[in-house]
Amino acid sequence: MMTIGQPKEGPELMLRTTRTILSAFAMIIALLAVATLPARAQLKLDITKGVVEPMPIAITDFLSGDQLGTNISGVIAADLERSGLFAPIEKGAFIEKISNPDAAPRFEDWKVINAQALVTGRVTKQGDGRLKAEFRLWDTFAGKQLIGQQFFTSPESWRRVAHIIADAIYKELTGEDGYFDTRVVYVDESGTKEKRVKRLAIMDQDGANTRYLTNGKDLVLTPRFSPSRQEITYMSFEGGKPQIYLLQLETGQRELVGNFPGMTIAPRFSPDGQKVVMSLLQEDGSANIYTMDLRSRTTTRLTSTSAIDTGASYSPDGTQVVFESDRGGRPQIYKMGADGSNPQRISFGDGSYSTPVWSPRGDLIAFTKQAGGEFSIGVMKTDGSGERILSSGYHDEGPTWAPNGRVLMFFRQPPGSNSPHLMTVDLTGRNIRQIQTPNLSSDPAWSPLLE
Amino acid sequence: MRRFEMIARSPLVVALFMSLAIAGCASKKNMPNSAGDLGLAGSATPGSTQDFTVNVGDRIFFDVDSSVIRGDAQQTLSKQAQWLKRYPNYAITVEGHADERGTREYNLALGQRRAAATRNYLASQGVPAGRIKTISYGNERPVAVCDSESCWSQNRRAITVLGGAGS
Repeated sequence: MMTIGQPKEGPELMLRTTRTILSAFAMIIALLAVATLPARAQLKLDITKGVVEPMPIAITDFLSGDQLGTNISGVIAADLERSGLFAPIEKGAFIEKISNPDAAPRFEDWKVINAQALVTGRVTKQGDGRLKAEFRLWDTFAGKQLIGQQFFTSPESWRRVAHIIADAIYKELTGEDGYFDTRVVYVDESGTKEKRVKRLAIMDQDGANTRYLTNGKDLVLTPRFSPSRQEITYMSFEGGKPQIYLLQLETGQRELVGNFPGMTIAPRFSPDGQKVVMSLLQEDGSANIYTMDLRSRTTTRLTSTSAIDTGASYSPDGTQVVFESDRGGRPQIYKMGADGSNPQRISFGDGSYSTPVWSPRGDLIAFTKQAGGEFSIGVMKTDGSGERILSSGYHDEGPTWAPNGRVLMFFRQPPGSNSPHLMTVDLTGRNIRQIQTPNLSSDPAWSPLLE
Repeated sequence: MRRFEMIARSPLVVALFMSLAIAGCASKKNMPNSAGDLGLAGSATPGSTQDFTVNVGDRIFFDVDSSVIRGDAQQTLSKQAQWLKRYPNYAITVEGHADERGTREYNLALGQRRAAATRNYLASQGVPAGRIKTISYGNERPVAVCDSESCWSQNRRAITVLGGAGS
């Protein structure tokens, strides 16, 4: 945040409607205020400058009559820690024990353990069964409150509240939108490599709350999230005819996308969620890119070559499409107008490039690169310049962007394991983490920020 | 999400999933696709699927990133074509496969390219192209699992499957 702003006087209520999948998730956010010292300095982490020293932050257990307050603090701390931008301080080092989260803390006690930021809070059960969660973010060196908010929610949504609080802290301290209140759809894998069972699964971005969306009977691949609705598109081998489907997450309703004469693969939504772009595998062995408008049901062909054109991904403004093609020999990355006009190659490095994905910020294209016996995840500018490899290994594949365009998730299969699992890496390439899933996992796709 | 979760958690639906899964396994076991699986080379009834698999050879292999029908594969496909013309009642599906050293979507397209090349070769040998369906499994169904060329070379294959949609 560029400006901190003066603390609000009096309890100013702000209602935020939640356009969510579940009315139970509906929350009321209120700004809390306490008397604070005047602002002196501005606590801000500049994350645009490459390597960032993580900010020490103290996240105290939220007051509650049970374990819930500790659990919520734990989820917030884990989110912030995994971002690589924050270093939560061991609770054992805390001097002040917060007993009244409505009062200003003893800033000296927090400064002496070098906590630049401090999070306090409380969670209480309401008469109607809902939870009320309140938190405050403090700038210890300026001696002032930065944020104070409260939320009402159903008890089972406690993790979601924690992610929303972590997003609020991330945004306040970095100036960028967070990505913690998001989910990831992916492919859960079990069984031997020869007869692997694959199910669509969805989880919170931190690996919690896994649910299964298909039963494993049919081979399913490459799920992708709608940017605008609780909807995914994916490929299924159902009925021995591999095609692209849409799945409504709220209702479980499914439908086929188009009725093409051959296999369709590699689906992805347009930024407005109204189209699906995909590849049709044709009789002559070529693969060409088509879009289908989900409202009018009309299909449009974007490429017409004898090559393999696949892996299409729209620019966030919807005017361009990046894709992979082996029209020049090995697979390389090309971009063209959203109507198929003016295709031009943008990747020229050694090896082959595939799975291009345009960043939600519009500035970068993430890809899988195969060279020298390794598979890497990298990013390049949208004209193909400035290539940076963020992660390399025996088999790193299939990047997907966090909605703020600062973190990528992908899947990694270490040599000799046949055991893919999900990883995240940030744009510095220094903060690489595994996401714990119940089984093997691949093909992740990140949701937009939930509203 | 909630409604869908409730559906998925209902015991009735879980039971249905399980019965489908069991049925799926059972049908697979009836479709061996290599002589090694069968262990009865030479003794198959002429004109049976076992005869085709064991005595003709149901699969061909490809070079890295290639869908060119190699010399050894041409011999196999010529034998396949003769057999398929003699027994014209079998529906035919050519499955294309890729090794795992590629990305998933490209490998699906590459498998299709291999299946199409195989179908075209069989057609050139007199098998009506309209009799041959194709499907690609990309790198989803390896037959050999290890991190070296000895396995990858076996997985870059096209299999001619008799009697309907692939494995």
